[in-house]
Amino acid sequence: MFKATIKSLLSRKLRLVLSALAVVLGVMFVSGSFVLTDTLQRSFTDLFSSAFANVDVSVSPKTEKGKEPQPITPQAVADVKSVPGVASAVGDVQGSARPIGKNGKVMTTSGAPRFGSNWTGTGQEKIREGRAPQADDEVIVGAYLASSGQFKVGDDIALLTLEPKKTFKITGIYEYAGGRDSLGGELSVAFTEPVAQQLLLGRKDAFSSITVTAANGTSEDALRDAVAAKLGSAYEVKTGAALAKEQADQVNEGLKFFNYVLLGFAGIALFVGIFIILNTFSIIVAQRTRELALLRSMGASRGQVIGSVVLEAFVIGLIASVVGLGAGIGIGALLAKIFSSVGGTNLQLAGIGVPMSAVISSFAVGIVVTVVAAVMPALRASRIAPVAAMREAATPDRPLTKVTIIGALVAAAGGTALGFGFKQASLPLIFGGILVAFVGVALLTPLLSKPMVSLIGRLLSWSMPGLLGRRNSARNPRRTAITAAALMVGISLITGVSVVLTSATKSIEKLAAGQIQTDLIISGEGQMEGMPATFKPEVLKKVEQTDGVSSAFGWSSDGVLQGEDQLFAVAVSDVPAMKQMFGLKPHSGEIAPLRDDQLALSEAQAAEKGWSLGTKVTLQLARASEPKTFTVGFIWAKTQVLQGALVLPASAGKDFRSDGIGQAFLQVKPGASVADVQKRVEPLFADNPEISVQDRSAFVKQTTSQFDTVLLMIQILLALAILIAVLGVINTLALSVIERTRELGLLRAIGMRRAQVMRMITVESVVISVFGAVLGLAVGVALGLATVQALKDQGITEIGFPWMTMVQYLVVAAVVGVIAAILPAIRAARLNVLDAIAYE
Amino acid sequence: MSASDGVAARAVDVWKEYGSGDAAVTALAGVSVELEKSRFTAIMGPSGSGKSTLMHCLAGLDDVTRGEVWIGDTKVTGLKDRGLTELRRDKVGFIFQQFNLLPTLTAEENITLPLAIGGKKVDRAWFDVVVDTVGLRDRLTHRPTQLSGGQQQRVACARALVSRPDVVFADEPTGNLDSQSGAEVLGFLQRSAREFGQTIVMVTHDPNAASYADRVIFLKDGLIVRELLSPSAEEVLDTMKHLDGVVVPHV
Repeated sequence: MFKATIKSLLSRKLRLVLSALAVVLGVMFVSGSFVLTDTLQRSFTDLFSSAFANVDVSVSPKTEKGKEPQPITPQAVADVKSVPGVASAVGDVQGSARPIGKNGKVMTTSGAPRFGSNWTGTGQEKIREGRAPQADDEVIVGAYLASSGQFKVGDDIALLTLEPKKTFKITGIYEYAGGRDSLGGELSVAFTEPVAQQLLLGRKDAFSSITVTAANGTSEDALRDAVAAKLGSAYEVKTGAALAKEQADQVNEGLKFFNYVLLGFAGIALFVGIFIILNTFSIIVAQRTRELALLRSMGASRGQVIGSVVLEAFVIGLIASVVGLGAGIGIGALLAKIFSSVGGTNLQLAGIGVPMSAVISSFAVGIVVTVVAAVMPALRASRIAPVAAMREAATPDRPLTKVTIIGALVAAAGGTALGFGFKQASLPLIFGGILVAFVGVALLTPLLSKPMVSLIGRLLSWSMPGLLGRRNSARNPRRTAITAAALMVGISLITGVSVVLTSATKSIEKLAAGQIQTDLIISGEGQMEGMPATFKPEVLKKVEQTDGVSSAFGWSSDGVLQGEDQLFAVAVSDVPAMKQMFGLKPHSGEIAPLRDDQLALSEAQAAEKGWSLGTKVTLQLARASEPKTFTVGFIWAKTQVLQGALVLPASAGKDFRSDGIGQAFLQVKPGASVADVQKRVEPLFADNPEISVQDRSAFVKQTTSQFDTVLLMIQILLALAILIAVLGVINTLALSVIERTRELGLLRAIGMRRAQVMRMITVESVVISVFGAVLGLAVGVALGLATVQALKDQGITEIGFPWMTMVQYLVVAAVVGVIAAILPAIRAARLNVLDAIAYE
Repeated sequence: MSASDGVAARAVDVWKEYGSGDAAVTALAGVSVELEKSRFTAIMGPSGSGKSTLMHCLAGLDDVTRGEVWIGDTKVTGLKDRGLTELRRDKVGFIFQQFNLLPTLTAEENITLPLAIGGKKVDRAWFDVVVDTVGLRDRLTHRPTQLSGGQQQRVACARALVSRPDVVFADEPTGNLDSQSGAEVLGFLQRSAREFGQTIVMVTHDPNAASYADRVIFLKDGLIVRELLSPSAEEVLDTMKHLDGVVVPHV
């Protein structure tokens, strides 16, 4: 039996390749994800150990929850110096500093920090060119900043720090050990110490940390303990190695999440792969009916027949896993290379490694998926009565009742799980529900395929080849359905996400149009280093006084601690202006300016917190030494704006990490032109290019533009699932062509031209793909609507359909159908007529 | 060279060899034959005599090693795929042993398939004559799986005739049928030659089937060795028996 299986496998190489390809791609994605993240993790570990190479012990202020750490005083630095065993102790200043490029735009990185420091000359940075900064208007810049911004010694460079734009002269360029331009693509610059303290920390005589090196003979651990004993409990004292590990762990935690996302998409691809393999094996088993029944009639048991098919699957899975693993290593290495060189990360890659997890998961996934997909067809094969071998009857269509009932039940179960998932906000339940629902819908598709295929087919079958193609695609509803269902998975996920995002966009637009009575919005763009850019409250005053402005208000924002709860709070400059522009209505109390010891919140949050008018709330603000008590001054009625934010008086902003205004809204006087006012307000922010003044529609566009990025990312990641589905279409067609060799021979014998044969196959292919796309759009819209419904409380109140995108997917599906048909069509057209007619 | 009147298809010193060197097999060893219009010709011979090869070469389904094949005024030898396809579509009809109907089409669609492929209009009057002759009037909307073997083969016959080809080639048309159905099909082929003037060439190894033909050609080892006109089944069977004794001189 084993020999027979292997012989049968080898005799059908094409079949082997086609069914293995889907597994190969899925396994490639899985192992590629592991190799990529493993390589990046080790690279980051290397990065941080070199970043802290010169640090034996580091002292930083202890952070208390909800409070901003106290800066380190010069006295503390002196204290550390005096500890026996200390060779040197240097106070470091570090903070955000964003360079402005020669094009006037703020320079960005793809994740690496942009920071400034004080030039100590004692770190691992070495001057490559020029000299250290000596005057207040001098800086030395990192080599990567110099090269990516094309700055030379002697050039001027503008920097944004805690203060607005300031221009400095570049006196030198520094590099890291080994002549590296940067450690990991960061943009860095160093000032003289007093300037750094003023611009980066906002106060004199303060440091962010102390770098300590040990004298000969003193171990890092001993030094750490000695320094800690000297400084007392207000400081965190760590060894350089511990610090490196801590930081690497932090980045790697992020990478782990990245890995999960990639594996999630790999899972979807494999899920689609199961459809394809299942289909391939079903077709193969159908074609092998005679062969298998012959074996049965010669005395092979049912178990042996099942074994034969499963063994075939196992061999395919094994080969596919090996190939997929190899391809995955290649892809992972390639992506790591791209990651490190493109997009300015400039990360020094550690060697490409193959983690055990990649190998194990490749084989587990590849073999299990293939065998699981083959079991059903194997069971069916074993039920074939030996007599069927001798009859050349085409297997009659089995009734679809059973599969339809099961499909309906499974789909309902999936939908229920999805509903519960949304209710309990449980991600596994949501994803599980979606996958189960997919299986259910896939089981329902054979029933749908008859009317749908004939409908779609009618649009394409104006000629005889077209008619034949359409009839062929309706010939085996199960086969067509499962092939289309594979395509459905990818398209429905994209459509679902796209429905949610379109609805979100529409909701935001409606909110902006209906509820927010503001003409211009001033906001700072997000910053990688933490909070968005802000501007000084004095500037807001100037905005209010600008000609044509009728009223304006702004807020600074920060997290505040209430007991153990972290809450989001805004300190609003002008409550009546906010009330008017946001159309706030009172729920209890009166919406009036808040006293210094009052706060306000929304109806929903008040209900959640159980607070009412007059409730006393104790909050810890970041820069306040003691928690402060506020009384609830008013509660506003349900609205879409300002959800989940505590409103504090402007005076509370002083105790925020930064009292800078992050967002401001203004209304123009009746009759004044918004564009004119915008032109008058913009110059106030000339020295702060991170702040933009936009009218309402531009603001909405900017806010929703991030959705496009999300959609693009998902489309790229789902491309593989769709590619596998396309392979499925090719696979089905190719196997159908083999199965219908005699018919093709006859058609050619009675005068069908090659081009007509190709057209016939193409129509069949396009019908299947478009059917898959239509299913995908329908299921996607349903998923999207369910999600929108579940997110109603989160502010998605409108329903929007991405019509353009949906039409695009249909067109893409048709094109995909044409492409998928190319190879099978050529094969069909090239058949030798005589051989084809004689084909058994 | 142009075809003389009254000849529907012609083979001129046709050789067909498979393989090369020691493994070479000669299927046709210089066959020359003229098949007259409006006649029902049967090609007979034992297995391996080359009778199917001769038919395939005549019909443009297979190319010849040497010699020439003509159908009407068209020289088949040397035609490229497109020319051969059009020849098959416009000038030739086929009937196969395995019926070879398309399961997705109804009987009527199967019958008119060659016309549909060529984008030609169906001559309804002729279609009706053909359908009534094969007795399929009440089966036109059926799919092949709903028809008996004999009915399927009659659909195949109608398909071969409906485009009024120069020649209809039938390859063992009764091979898969019981004797009753076989007789019906043969009777129909005979009638179409006599009543409609349709040229028919049939390959068979069944002496009874051959007895329906106007002319029977006997092949052995790639050469034509005997010929009978309007023979009875006994005569054919007799000739076949004697063929075993005939020694074919190889050139």
